[in-house]
Amino acid sequence: MPPGAGPASRDVWPAAATGFPSEPDGRAAEPMGRSMLESLPRSSDPRPPAIEFVGIDKRFGAVHANRDIDLTILAGSIHGLVGENGAGKSTLMSILYGFYQADRGEIRIDGNPAAIRSSADAIRAGIGMVHQQFMLVDTMTVLENVLLGAEGSFRLRPAERRARAALAKLASDYELWVDPDAVVGELSVGEQQRVEILKTLYRGAEILILDEPTAVLTPAEVDHLFRILRRLQGEGKTVVVITHKLKEIKAVTDRVSVMRKGEIVATLDTADTTVETLAEAMVGRRVLLQVSKGPSVPGAVELEVARLTVRDKRGLSLVDDVSFTVRAGEIVGIAGVAGNGQSELLEAIAGIRRADGGSIRLGGRAITALDPAEIRTLGIAHIPEDRHRMGLVLNFSAEENVILGYQDDPAWSSGWLYDRTAIRAAATRAFEDFDVRPPDPLLRTALFSGGNQQKIVVAREIGREPRLLLVGQPTRGVDIGAIEAIHRRLIDLRDRGRAILLVSAELDEIRSLADRVLCMCQGRITGECRPEASETEIGMLMAGLGGDGTARGGRA
Amino acid sequence: MSAPHRELPPIVDYALLPLVNVTVAFLVSGLVVLAIGENPIEAVRIMIAGALGYSEGIGFTLYYATDFVFTGLAVAIAFHAGLFNIGAEGQATIGGLGVALVCLTFDGAPWWLVAPFAIAASALFGAAWAYLPAWAQARRGSHIVITTIMFNYLAATLMVYLLVEVMGKPGAMSPETRMFAEATRLPFLRDFLTPFGIDLGQSPLNPTVFVAMLAAWGVWLLIWRTKFGYELRTVGQNPSAAVYAGIDPGGIVIVVMLISGALSGLLAVNEVMGTQHRLLLEFTAGAGFVGIAVALMGRNHPVGVVLAALLFGMLYQGGAELAFEKPKISRDMIVVIQALVILFAGALEHMFRPTLARIFASAPRDDR
Repeated sequence: MPPGAGPASRDVWPAAATGFPSEPDGRAAEPMGRSMLESLPRSSDPRPPAIEFVGIDKRFGAVHANRDIDLTILAGSIHGLVGENGAGKSTLMSILYGFYQADRGEIRIDGNPAAIRSSADAIRAGIGMVHQQFMLVDTMTVLENVLLGAEGSFRLRPAERRARAALAKLASDYELWVDPDAVVGELSVGEQQRVEILKTLYRGAEILILDEPTAVLTPAEVDHLFRILRRLQGEGKTVVVITHKLKEIKAVTDRVSVMRKGEIVATLDTADTTVETLAEAMVGRRVLLQVSKGPSVPGAVELEVARLTVRDKRGLSLVDDVSFTVRAGEIVGIAGVAGNGQSELLEAIAGIRRADGGSIRLGGRAITALDPAEIRTLGIAHIPEDRHRMGLVLNFSAEENVILGYQDDPAWSSGWLYDRTAIRAAATRAFEDFDVRPPDPLLRTALFSGGNQQKIVVAREIGREPRLLLVGQPTRGVDIGAIEAIHRRLIDLRDRGRAILLVSAELDEIRSLADRVLCMCQGRITGECRPEASETEIGMLMAGLGGDGTARGGRA
Repeated sequence: MSAPHRELPPIVDYALLPLVNVTVAFLVSGLVVLAIGENPIEAVRIMIAGALGYSEGIGFTLYYATDFVFTGLAVAIAFHAGLFNIGAEGQATIGGLGVALVCLTFDGAPWWLVAPFAIAASALFGAAWAYLPAWAQARRGSHIVITTIMFNYLAATLMVYLLVEVMGKPGAMSPETRMFAEATRLPFLRDFLTPFGIDLGQSPLNPTVFVAMLAAWGVWLLIWRTKFGYELRTVGQNPSAAVYAGIDPGGIVIVVMLISGALSGLLAVNEVMGTQHRLLLEFTAGAGFVGIAVALMGRNHPVGVVLAALLFGMLYQGGAELAFEKPKISRDMIVVIQALVILFAGALEHMFRPTLARIFASAPRDDR
């Protein structure tokens, strides 16, 4: 339980926070909505622009990652940078932070041309970056992490004293309170992110770049983060937020730039935009943000999980006494902050992880002790959370990935050898059916975009018409166009009477797809609700709290 | 964000890059020759003429290459499963034990009758020697590199014990078995080819070279055309994906290492039954280690392995000639060149890649 998510901060939440996307500005879910006006465009700021990109151009081999980018980020503003995966956002920020050198163009900081050749240059120029994957040493304390690389003296003791004083000041100035002596590995993700922000501030950052800062946070932590960002802005700092969550852009930024295919296609005052117009600018065409689906017609119970427990090597419960059922023709969503046992739950059902207690049944048949190959033949398909780690072999050709997991199927073999014509035909059919681009079964899988890679996985798993489909993070790192298609397929599968268990860290995804929502926290199911439930309610269950504000562990 | 695509055309990746690496290795070797005080161009001429200039030289080159194909394939197939088999030397040594046991048991029987058993025994013994390291890696997590290195020493020590105490020729000074009967030895190809006017001289080239070709084809088929090959490549590329796909990585590791050991063991057919006609110490002459360089240079592809094995065969034969003609250049020069090839083909493989990538990427291509 992170400190920022205490009950006190919750009672300011508006009751009806369900507005996405029917309520275009999405501000309903934003507790500090009242203060928005105070922080709107500070065009009155007399200082020169904090950052100016002038004609920045960058190629990686054949890929034109940034095309002649002109972008001005006003001093003292919170600037959002949105775009699909591969649009060039991270490249642009990496150039600013000195990871890459632009082929052409100039960066000006506070009006002066700056030569940023390394991250050390960037830090000297007052730029701080909070990466999506935190760059922290888990076994060190907060204080040690903050000091790392900024010791400033040979002896540690005086440096520690300085840092401790500085941290205390930052904590009171920006609501950035973290115990300096806590070991980082034991902090919550939200707190770790605060440590990252503290690190940049301790190094004197005036410009903060945050790359997908909310990906791993609970709604309450997101709320706290936004409060911090606004405090930073109040102190005259400039903040750049890279994200793909348009609702958050609306909630926290003053200005927003949209990138597409390496170009800035629009820079707007956030107040003049809607989530729909931003989405359209990102994709370059109109998109359907909410999939339309009819009511579910649940049939017989397909999956029955009873008192399932999964422990790690140290004996800690990752999945703790979990029971639930999934019926044919319904999508059950599991909401929860990443790392609360959802992955392990899916892996246990798929046979990848051994259950330490409890039972799993498919259509009444116990499958707890079976291995992944046996479970797959019984009709359980699995779209794993991390396609790179598990769902695909990136160095294989696309057609080889089409048979991954089904490599034993006699349809692929003629005698001792694989029947390559049959595999090629199946891959071509699947690619056509799921609109995988380019439709080239021989192309190395790593060369497909994230969305198309995911479509390969989805095509493979859905194409088998499974009785039960396990889905983890189906649209992580997938562009909006592909999200639409993948959601459509999942609903179609449900409507054909198949059972689907969906795990996603994207609350919006759970709420738009699932027919029932289970919330998971620290390995336990903390409650069940309807997908129409308010974000506040789901958020509290995700944080392991019942409606009355007390911790609750129960079974659905 | 999209990772920069640094795809090279296959022809560059598999042909030009190794060629550049070998060329640079030779250039640096040339500098070494120069430092010794010899003319490097002269040295190269002697080596090439010695390896390819006359039929006896070619015979020797092919004979050496046969060994290297076996060990190169052994390293390559293990590599596809993500395993670094350093133990080809030991596995070949124990393979020799198998060959010798068969040949001594059926001593006097015609070679064509004994050969199938000898081949099977060499593969079986080589595989058996790979089994324990494989099992320890698969089921206990002991690193295969460490265990196979240790098993090389064990094999060498075991061989000394057996040849001194158990199998040695009574009354002989050197630790080796008695010679196999004339009829049981594999025939030399030179005996077949002389009537056709091809003079292979004293080269010990024997029919095992055809077994090596067959093995290369078989390994290619196994890796890229069978379910087992698919599974072993999955394990090598992404063990998590293998588990997800219902493959038991441990089982694959064990079977792949058995195959790798069997391929190493086949070397003994060439050496023990085809050339030495007796079991003796260190008949492998480091071919197990050369196999690592061969696999590296051949990019773990059977065709590449065969080509690299030929190159190393040329180096060995040409190097012998060079040492003979130029007393200042010892046979160790070959070890230097070999080391440089490993250095440039393996360790420094990425030295020229970025440059080549830049050259070939400047040709405009559609963004995917």
